[in-house]
Amino acid sequence: MLDSSEGYVTEDGRKIGGVVMEMKNITLRFGGVVAIKDISFDIREGEIRAIIGPNGAGKSSMLNVISGFYVPQEGEVWFHGSKRPQMRPFEVAQQGIARTFQNIALFEGMSVLDNVMTGRLGFMKTNIFQQAWWKGKAEAEETENREAVEKIIDFLEIQHIRKTPVSRLPYGLKKRVELARALAAEPKLLLLDEPMAGMNVEEKEDMSRFILDVNDEFGTTIALIEHDMGVVMDLSDRVVVMDYGRKIGDGTPDEVRNNQEVIDAYLGVSHD
Amino acid sequence: MGRRERLAQTQSGAEGMVSLPALLHRNATQFGDAPAYREKEFGIWQCWSWAETAAEVRKLALGFLEIGVEKGDHIAVIGRNRPAHYWSMVAAQMVGAVPVPLYQDSVAEEMAYVLEHCGAKYVVCGDQEQVDKVIEIQQGLHQVKHILYTDKRGMRKYDHSQMNALDDIMAEGSAGHARFDAELDKRIAAITYDDTCVMLYTSGTTGKPKGVVLSNRNVIESAKNSAEFDHLTRNEDILSYLPMAWVGDFIFSIGQAYWCGFCVNCPESADTMMTDLREIGPTYFFAPPRVFETQLTNVMIRMEDAGKLKQRMFRHFMDHAKKVGGLLLDGKPVGFGDKVKYALGNMLVYGPLKDTLGYGRFRVGYTAGEAIGPEIFDFYRSLGINLKQLYGQTEATVFITVQPDGEVRADTVGVPAPDVELKIDDKGEIHYRSPGVFVEYYNNPDSTASTKDAEGWVATGDAGFIEEGSGHLRIIDRAKDVGKMADGSMFAPKYVENKLKFYPDILEVVLFGNGKDRCVAFINIDLTAVGNWAERNNVAYGSYQELTSHPRVLETIKSHVEEVNKSVAADEMLSGCQVHRFVVLHKELDADDGEMTRTRKVRRGFVEEKFHDIIDALYDGSSSVSTTTEVTYEDGRKGSISATLEIVDAPVVAATSHKVAAE
Repeated sequence: MLDSSEGYVTEDGRKIGGVVMEMKNITLRFGGVVAIKDISFDIREGEIRAIIGPNGAGKSSMLNVISGFYVPQEGEVWFHGSKRPQMRPFEVAQQGIARTFQNIALFEGMSVLDNVMTGRLGFMKTNIFQQAWWKGKAEAEETENREAVEKIIDFLEIQHIRKTPVSRLPYGLKKRVELARALAAEPKLLLLDEPMAGMNVEEKEDMSRFILDVNDEFGTTIALIEHDMGVVMDLSDRVVVMDYGRKIGDGTPDEVRNNQEVIDAYLGVSHD
Repeated sequence: MGRRERLAQTQSGAEGMVSLPALLHRNATQFGDAPAYREKEFGIWQCWSWAETAAEVRKLALGFLEIGVEKGDHIAVIGRNRPAHYWSMVAAQMVGAVPVPLYQDSVAEEMAYVLEHCGAKYVVCGDQEQVDKVIEIQQGLHQVKHILYTDKRGMRKYDHSQMNALDDIMAEGSAGHARFDAELDKRIAAITYDDTCVMLYTSGTTGKPKGVVLSNRNVIESAKNSAEFDHLTRNEDILSYLPMAWVGDFIFSIGQAYWCGFCVNCPESADTMMTDLREIGPTYFFAPPRVFETQLTNVMIRMEDAGKLKQRMFRHFMDHAKKVGGLLLDGKPVGFGDKVKYALGNMLVYGPLKDTLGYGRFRVGYTAGEAIGPEIFDFYRSLGINLKQLYGQTEATVFITVQPDGEVRADTVGVPAPDVELKIDDKGEIHYRSPGVFVEYYNNPDSTASTKDAEGWVATGDAGFIEEGSGHLRIIDRAKDVGKMADGSMFAPKYVENKLKFYPDILEVVLFGNGKDRCVAFINIDLTAVGNWAERNNVAYGSYQELTSHPRVLETIKSHVEEVNKSVAADEMLSGCQVHRFVVLHKELDADDGEMTRTRKVRRGFVEEKFHDIIDALYDGSSSVSTTTEVTYEDGRKGSISATLEIVDAPVVAATSHKVAAE
């Protein structure tokens, strides 16, 4: 498992590389409440890795551990072969991890374009004075970053709302804008927190398509949380199933689907 | 340089031009630096000059040779309006192949019929979605030799043994140009004026689509005549957003564009069309009435949100515009005071409004395909926008009649276009003969013979008459739709439907009554207009279906029907067509469900059969009807929706008074 050179080939023929991130015996407590209990799993390069589970299973907490927002009381997070020290969120971003949020966290008053541009902050090297002067360095930098952003806008098909303030957009589009902003950071690892929550069937299909396309076009490793089982099974290469803070399953969608413990957690157990 | 001089120059150079590749060559040599195509990509307008266009098209043609395209092969083009797709069509002509543009929103089975019928061996697809459809069709067809695509997204994993990106074959073609140059030049030189220029499938309100073969003569003569009629120059800018498979787009974006040498602008995506329209500000514009209706509805909705002062200014000056704007545009005499006031209005209201709509540079434009509401038509004309009507068909290479400047009216479609002869037969059907008359329906001699006679006269299938005095043509309806009521009076559904459709609340109407004693109607509400009304009046609704059955909506529609009945009753000939009962349908009529053609014309027979239970209920006097309707979702899956529709009785006017008065 620790051998990062080892990979596998998916059903549709994509080559999955070595381990990018490894969670080792993570336990996370809030006071007396144990949100995550001794969980280990890994995320490999180029794969779509899902974390699923019923409400309150600890999925979002897990994602927050990955993103460095929560620090587990026990266990280690290994990223690219080295143990990750305690970090502040912007340091995590600098490492190439970007995320979207379950409840959309965009700048409501700003246009779609400006929101996506904020995703490029990590690439801006000019200081406040150069930016105030704008001519020269800052201008060249903005052009360069705008080009990258426009490619993402084109990719996610949101050209028509480029100049629209985010507050005027419907929910499904806001989710897409959030994805655009995360992509603008050119992440190596993309974390999606319930990307389909609250969407109708058509919006879900669109979003699934975009997630697959992102993975395919940019080779981005994706970890996503979702409680819609159907979507997850179609989308992901490997699935971690959580229930009450414990890991109850880990494997390909088929393996997970036939796992008795998983079936019990989702469908309930009859006590007769 | 004056407009007239530039026009003269264009004409002198065009003599002896027998094909689009020849015109392209002329444009590239005479004004190679002038813009030929623009496309917005990544938020920036990219531009290609005529010289660059000629180079790109040649590369594509070389690429076609490299993948083995033979003379006479059909190359299907399926995608949205993009320069690469227009170039593919011209490049196809260069190598002696026939381009066949298809509707990109067709579902796979519709596309399968057309692809099989024309036997296309090569298909140019816009993106992955179209490629998937072609691959699906190919499993039953096995005729497509090579698929080409423009947008590379998502295509990496596909089996490329018979597939290439358009860019790749262009690169390969130009790398191997030494091998293909001679052959290409030979093929270009061999094109004659009567060779096929393009094949376009008519959507057809009945039966299967037919492939209309148009020759270079058809296209170039039509483009030339119409360009001269409206004094089009190479300085025009047009926005190409209408389906490429539609004859209108082919004539405007290729025929006239190559003849005049003007610039074709392609929007970034279908959704950004309105923004792109504003940015380009076309000087020559073409749109179906629906586009103008939508824009007017949006203006009115936004005006309701404007401040008091702005609202008063808008009303005041629009009233003035209604009075004199149309007259000014037609060059009729107008008092000095009115002129000054109009000029002021232009500064304060009309000018900014036109800019917002994207019509700031609008010189001439047409609406066709369906009748346009007189209020809508007059609104645009009163602003000084030279919007005109024309009447045409694929079989005529668009132009049959057009309205000359100064003789524009909402109720006629104009006088015969240059070189077009017109006659009305004893049954009232319109026939025409012109240089634009199509060669034949591909592989369908029976239909060709029944449409076009030995002398070249083509039956339009429309009933109409030529107005005495003005010589303008007026269309009554599709000839086959015109029928008789049980009492022998005339049944002309389109006439009544159009009157109803002119209300912003109403999107679509289908009238029934042929052979019956009274008329009944299906009505589709316009979700934008009615939705906005609902918001303003605190009417809560959860879905389209719920809105359609809201009692207050039904009441509003009923009042519209009542007014229309009054105006229909005033027409002696058609007073029998008043709407006695109607339902507001629970779903929008849609091309995906086969209820409309891809150009959004109602397929009457199909609708009648599909909703026969509702029609029965309309006639048997019941007050409501429960029905289940099959619908097709965007991804092609089928489902069904059930609803109970309330049937509304509309007051009708006794029509006898007129007859009595006449006697």
